Amino acid sequence: MRAPGLELWRSGKIVAHLPHRSELCATFLSCLSQSICSLQICVFTNLSNLCHHLSLSPVFAFACLDVPAAEQPELFLKKLQQCCTVFDFMDTLSDLKMKEYKRSTLNELVDYVTVSRGYLTEQAYPEVVKMVSHNIFRTLPPSDSNEFDPEEDEPTLEASWPHLQLVYEFFIRFLESQEFQPSIAKKYIDQKFVLQLLELFDSEDPRERDYLKTVLHRIYGKFLGLRAFIRKQINNIFLRFVYETEHFNGVAELLEILGSIINGFALPLKAEHKQFLVKVLIPLHTVRSLSLFHAQLAYCIVQFLEKDPTLTEPVIRGLLKFWPKTCSQKEVMFLGELEEILDVIEPTQFVKIQEPLFKQISRCVSSPHFQVAERALYYWNNEYIMSLIEENSSVILPIMFASLYRISKEHWNPAIVALVYNVLKAFMEMNSTLFDELTATYKSDRQREKKKEKEREELWKKLEDLELKRGLRSDGIIPT
Amino acid sequence: LREGEVSKMAGADGDDSLYPIAVLIDELRNEDVQLRLNSIKKLSTIALALGVERTRTELLPFLTDTIYDEDEVLLALAEQLGNFTMLVGGPEYVHCLLPPLESLATVEETVVRDKAVESLRKISQEHSPVDLEVHFEPLVKRLASGDWFTSRTSACGLFSVCYPRVSSTVKAEIRQHFRTLCSDDTPMVRRAAASKLGEFAKVLELEYVKSDIISLFTALASDEQDSVRLLAVEACVSIATLLPQEDLETLVMPTLRQAAEDKSWRVRYMVADKFSELQKAVGPEITKNDLVPAFQNLLKDCEAEVRAAAANKVKEFCENLPEDNREQIIMTHILPCVKELVSDTNQHVKSALASVIMGLSTILGKDNTIEHLLPLFLAQLKDECPEVRLNIISNLDCVNEVIGIRQLSQSLLPAIVELAEDAKWRVRLAIIEYMPLLAGQLGVEFFDEKLNTLCMAWLIDHVYAIREAATCNLMKLVEKFGAEWAQNTIVPKVLGMANDPNYLHRMTTLFCINALSKACGQEITTKQMLPVVLKMSNDQVANVRFNVAKSLQKIGPILDSNALQTEVKPVLEKLASDTDMDVKYFAQEAISVLALA
Repeated sequence: MRAPGLELWRSGKIVAHLPHRSELCATFLSCLSQSICSLQICVFTNLSNLCHHLSLSPVFAFACLDVPAAEQPELFLKKLQQCCTVFDFMDTLSDLKMKEYKRSTLNELVDYVTVSRGYLTEQAYPEVVKMVSHNIFRTLPPSDSNEFDPEEDEPTLEASWPHLQLVYEFFIRFLESQEFQPSIAKKYIDQKFVLQLLELFDSEDPRERDYLKTVLHRIYGKFLGLRAFIRKQINNIFLRFVYETEHFNGVAELLEILGSIINGFALPLKAEHKQFLVKVLIPLHTVRSLSLFHAQLAYCIVQFLEKDPTLTEPVIRGLLKFWPKTCSQKEVMFLGELEEILDVIEPTQFVKIQEPLFKQISRCVSSPHFQVAERALYYWNNEYIMSLIEENSSVILPIMFASLYRISKEHWNPAIVALVYNVLKAFMEMNSTLFDELTATYKSDRQREKKKEKEREELWKKLEDLELKRGLRSDGIIPT
Repeated sequence: LREGEVSKMAGADGDDSLYPIAVLIDELRNEDVQLRLNSIKKLSTIALALGVERTRTELLPFLTDTIYDEDEVLLALAEQLGNFTMLVGGPEYVHCLLPPLESLATVEETVVRDKAVESLRKISQEHSPVDLEVHFEPLVKRLASGDWFTSRTSACGLFSVCYPRVSSTVKAEIRQHFRTLCSDDTPMVRRAAASKLGEFAKVLELEYVKSDIISLFTALASDEQDSVRLLAVEACVSIATLLPQEDLETLVMPTLRQAAEDKSWRVRYMVADKFSELQKAVGPEITKNDLVPAFQNLLKDCEAEVRAAAANKVKEFCENLPEDNREQIIMTHILPCVKELVSDTNQHVKSALASVIMGLSTILGKDNTIEHLLPLFLAQLKDECPEVRLNIISNLDCVNEVIGIRQLSQSLLPAIVELAEDAKWRVRLAIIEYMPLLAGQLGVEFFDEKLNTLCMAWLIDHVYAIREAATCNLMKLVEKFGAEWAQNTIVPKVLGMANDPNYLHRMTTLFCINALSKACGQEITTKQMLPVVLKMSNDQVANVRFNVAKSLQKIGPILDSNALQTEVKPVLEKLASDTDMDVKYFAQEAISVLALA
């Protein structure tokens, strides 16, 4: 299992012909990298010995920049090849010297792409992508805790971060470099590459997701041909998240990228984008862990509405459809998002959805959970919303009145009662005639409601009688 | 069914009994979800009242049109429609149910869609072969070529139900559609197809299994997404079962081998999880040559999740090995891996192993168990993780059968005694539950000597569940060893606790009496237990007093009427006028149950 390159170097044959130090380095490196590539992890001890030599000798500072310009690209490639070797960081004791060596090499690579000019030969592209792929693409490990709760548990940090961070750092500098040519790179940074990149967003390590965000942003910016594909794959990740697994760590990061993507959409919006809003972004609200990405999600939604106000109605109807029934914390988030939407709503759109919207708000206002009630009542502190309510008070007041009136009498929380009084007062000032009318009919309205409730109860009783009489169950037609 | 028409309907029929139905239909439109839901759940009643014809021509179109609703309502609707065949006029008209179910099969929410597919599968069986081709199969095709992924996902579940009953031309079309979905653009659809691959393979003719299914299987098993690949592993079980032995090697094994070494731990996990099924499906020869080394690798996998899944299968895998050289395979190939797992770094792995490892003793026999397995059991009994210890204890009986209770108690008893005082109450609980079995097999003498003190100590445990279990344990012991033994060893200690300063211990006395009186019989109950109970009716603590009332109610039926009237009745009457309302309540209850009023 001895690598031929290694033998060659040891025998000194090549060295004899190459007196220049840096060339010596290059040759050594070439041998080394060949060996690394061809050797299995198990023979690393061999290489460690070699490194030992290395670390003893200050000659091998290996700074690319010390090498004559003409030879740099070649050395760059070699170093890239070397860095394809991946180490096991779960074993904290193994290959320490090699790990340190790779770390310093990666550092050199980072410096090199930042400072150097003219380094990006066409041959370098596949090598860069190969090195990055070898290092970052991996199956993410299972989460340590069975039910990982991102709000409660500490995330498991990536053990190989000392290398991984430098690889990401290097890749971002590479993508941002002035010499970088997407036309060449697109041969290597292709759909398959992007797909694997997106899967990494599930990493539990927030540091990694942060780097990935920048990487994906750059790729989306520079590779026009990949844009539609990236959007579609993000769609798929979200749909799987909503409807299949409810687990994906990088939703917030992906939404953040989408926020700026949506910002750049041309008008009129394509059907594909509208579908994304209605069929993907809105259902994302149903997920249990909404709080982890709600800010980014609400931002995306508002971006859409600022682009195309006619989407307001489907968005609000969507939110109402998925309105949380048992989770008060989520309800507060929904109310927050709704206020953001109302801040930018056009009065013509407002009129279209005011009825279902205020029926929901009226339910929130009478929530026994005071944070929900409070959040809903805060709407009346918003000047723009107030102006919309005032314009449409004849519609909104009758919807809200019963709840407000009742809570003003019986909510357990005095702060809520105080807020409700303010709201009632505001309504009274807005439309005193209607207000008086509603106050006058409040009692009879309640009685009518009670009567209806009673009728309903009787209906069910009658229905049971009917079923018994007809012996439906015994006929076996209706499954019991 | 327009508004107003319903009331007309009720009026026209001149039948008052139809009025509720009219309201019910109105309720389908109510603003309140809960009311719509209630109404939908009575849909069959509505249909029955309307009659088959109006159900077909009015109710179903109405439902199809108003299908935009809350998912909860849709779910109820999807479920109802699966049982509607008779209500639309029987199998002849069952196809009327397809339009609303087709819409439901395209909604986003998975539970609704799945329910719609379930109902469609159900009613597919009620279609005649002709209707299946005229109505059902076109629906499947429409779903399979739908724009949005949801309809295509739903289609995947419908192929297998119509395939066996259609003509060969239509069969060819169905196969084509399934093929297309297996290479669909969206991973969601590919996952749905992969999860139905096994089911579909089962209804296909063998030639098509070989020509179509295998290539789909191979493609899905090397999909770029691991979530698709792992589903192919499941399909592998069904496919392997369908193929003749001689084809397995060439058609299935390359893919299975690849899956067992997949770079994604999720796929390897799936292989480990399905290992017993796979083993049965491929037969003994392939098991020996291929699966044994594969299993060894899974037991040594670098991902704990995979090791745990494999460890869970150790017993089943060994059990299903071909008998002729089972022992040799286990001893040389499996046991060394098992030994390593006993000291695994991950507690889930150890705990998974502990839940099955005892089962190996039956397979390996007495000598091997004593020599090779007992040290492992002992090591696991002393494991730092309570779950591991618990799993071992709960399975002691299968070792017992192999090596006998003497051997078992000699080697394991010290460890068991130690665990009886374990800091984790669930471990103590497991030990208690094992006690009657152990007692039965050890005999009275051995028990009194070694275990009796433990059983009594549990009665004053600080965890209620343990005290409760200890009480129940005593009852089982008395059932085994008899009343006389109880009178000598247990009853005095139990009754002594009635004077304990801690009211919880005093209550334990009552709980013990509740449990023991029946097994001890009338004499002991009347002479020894009753006086103590009666005396406790003067306890300071109300909880003790109302438990006295409860105890009297419990032991009352065992006492004779004299004792009841002269001793129990006065005490209960006194308690019935207690200052505490709970004491009063239970005293009154006892009086009425014992008919002492």
